[in-house]
Amino acid sequence: MNAISEVTKVEAAPRASQRYRTRRTPLTWLRRGGLSTFVFMLPLLVIFGAFSWYPIVRTAVMAFQHTNLVQAPTWVGLQNFSAVIHDPQTPTAVKNTAYFALLALVFGYPIPLAAAVLMSEVRNRRGTYSVLAYLPVVIPPVVAVLLWKTFYDASGTGVFNTIFGWIGLGPFPWLQSQSWAMPSLVLESTWANAGATVIIYLAALTAVNPELYEAASVDGAGIWRKVWHVTLPQLRGVLLVTLILQIIGTAQVFLEPYLFTSGGPANATLTVLLQIYDYAFGNSLGGDYGKATALSLMLAVFLALFSFVYLFATRSWSEE
Amino acid sequence: MSERPPTLVTPNDWRRPFVRFGLGGAHGLLLVLLVIVGLGPLLWLAKAAITPTNDTITQPMALFPHGASLSNLRAAWVDVHVGHYLWNTIVVAFGSWLTQIVVAMTGGYALSVLRPRYATLIYWLLLATLFVPAIVLLVPLYIEIVRPPIVHHSLIDTYWAVWLPAGASAFNVVLAKRFFDNLPREIFEAARIDGAGPFTLFWKIVLPLSKPIIGVISVFAVLASWKDFLWPLLVLTDPNKQPLAVRLPAIQSQTPLGVFLAAMLIACLIPIAGFLIFQRSFLRGTGLGGAIKG
Repeated sequence: MNAISEVTKVEAAPRASQRYRTRRTPLTWLRRGGLSTFVFMLPLLVIFGAFSWYPIVRTAVMAFQHTNLVQAPTWVGLQNFSAVIHDPQTPTAVKNTAYFALLALVFGYPIPLAAAVLMSEVRNRRGTYSVLAYLPVVIPPVVAVLLWKTFYDASGTGVFNTIFGWIGLGPFPWLQSQSWAMPSLVLESTWANAGATVIIYLAALTAVNPELYEAASVDGAGIWRKVWHVTLPQLRGVLLVTLILQIIGTAQVFLEPYLFTSGGPANATLTVLLQIYDYAFGNSLGGDYGKATALSLMLAVFLALFSFVYLFATRSWSEE
Repeated sequence: MSERPPTLVTPNDWRRPFVRFGLGGAHGLLLVLLVIVGLGPLLWLAKAAITPTNDTITQPMALFPHGASLSNLRAAWVDVHVGHYLWNTIVVAFGSWLTQIVVAMTGGYALSVLRPRYATLIYWLLLATLFVPAIVLLVPLYIEIVRPPIVHHSLIDTYWAVWLPAGASAFNVVLAKRFFDNLPREIFEAARIDGAGPFTLFWKIVLPLSKPIIGVISVFAVLASWKDFLWPLLVLTDPNKQPLAVRLPAIQSQTPLGVFLAAMLIACLIPIAGFLIFQRSFLRGTGLGGAIKG
């Protein structure tokens, strides 16, 4: 788009003014409305400069420094990184985060897709379905987690244990058991987020070319074959994107382990973000900001590499 | 909705009894599941908010074994000061909304309509931030708020600490820019020929045409701010200034369960009401988000 505008600008420039074009002075810039353009650009430049671009660069610097808020920062080379790598909690945090991401895929990836395909064929009151599916998404996450924490009460009179008690099961330990805690977190997180994915799939489904269905019908394809040979292939672009976005999102899970279990029991739900938080803000005597930024930088680089490999590996598949 | 009829399942298919009952049954089942899963927890919360604490603890699934009362809601409002924290939430959300709208509208306008020479570079820098996970910003942003480089006055415990960083949402700017890209250029040219400068063009032409995109950005700005927890927790340390979402975990241990659940219900009411009123903007915006990310 910008290329087009450049082309028209060049064509429109009369030859006689070439002398002026070669000398772009601040005055010509001003006369052409450069200043008022800059005024419109200013809020973006200031806000992004101060609160996005600058902190991103600062992370890369701080990871190699020892920073506290009292003394001037000192360069320490790779010390922060080696401290993080040799921290006995790091492997646990990485393993737990990967486990969370994996469980979230198992619980949360197929269900929204199936629901969306089914919902797109609803003939009456389709809006009701969408509203119900999206409702958990608008509940503040803190409320959602604390509410589910009440549901997960491990005593025999907890909400879920009462319900399972009706069919003679339980009581289950939920958040209090090392093996149950993580799936419990994932279950709540899936409940809280799946609705948004359903709506994205529904939007993508309306964009499927109806002629493809018609052609398949003419060829005698039944509903299952149309789902398999038309719907899913047409959705693969959005499916690939939601998959990688979900992995990137779950790799940064913080709220659930922080509010449900504080990483417990016995570090069973300690995630990478919780460890970053603990490094920076967990110690009331002052944070270890160097280690926190080193770990967040490692996570970011890993996610970038992962996304790159993912996009490269699925490239041929996503573009016909 | 004025959509084309669904075509995966054709009217012919619908006439077959197997499809009719199978798919109809699946739809009914899905609706029941959605009511239980989507609405159930909220209904339980609403029920527990007006049930005495003891009943909720001993018989959580019973419906008012010893009657209902509004005392929990009253205690939440009077003793826990939920109203005060709710007001803080509104203040935080309003300021964050304002910075996001200002940045997205002016920035999108400059990038899409005014297009200075450096616009391409800035747009690429914006897109690049979409690929940086939010966690990377957390610690340096916190230190920047505690020790701002030029201002030299800590922003901790001021609402500016939440309002200003909220504006740095590249997603909003991209949405606005794409919207402006699709406005017909002829309108701008005509306005320019009539002597409209960039400011008149912005106020009189572009903003009035932008109501749909302002609606979508507003919905997401307010919702995101309403949902935010970690950042306000870090920069608003004074309990009197904290929004409700930050206060709730802090008050949990000293509050009776019934009162606490009533406070949580109050925290949900405004976003749910907003969603039901503006559901079209929510659902369209979410679909749009998927399209942009895709």
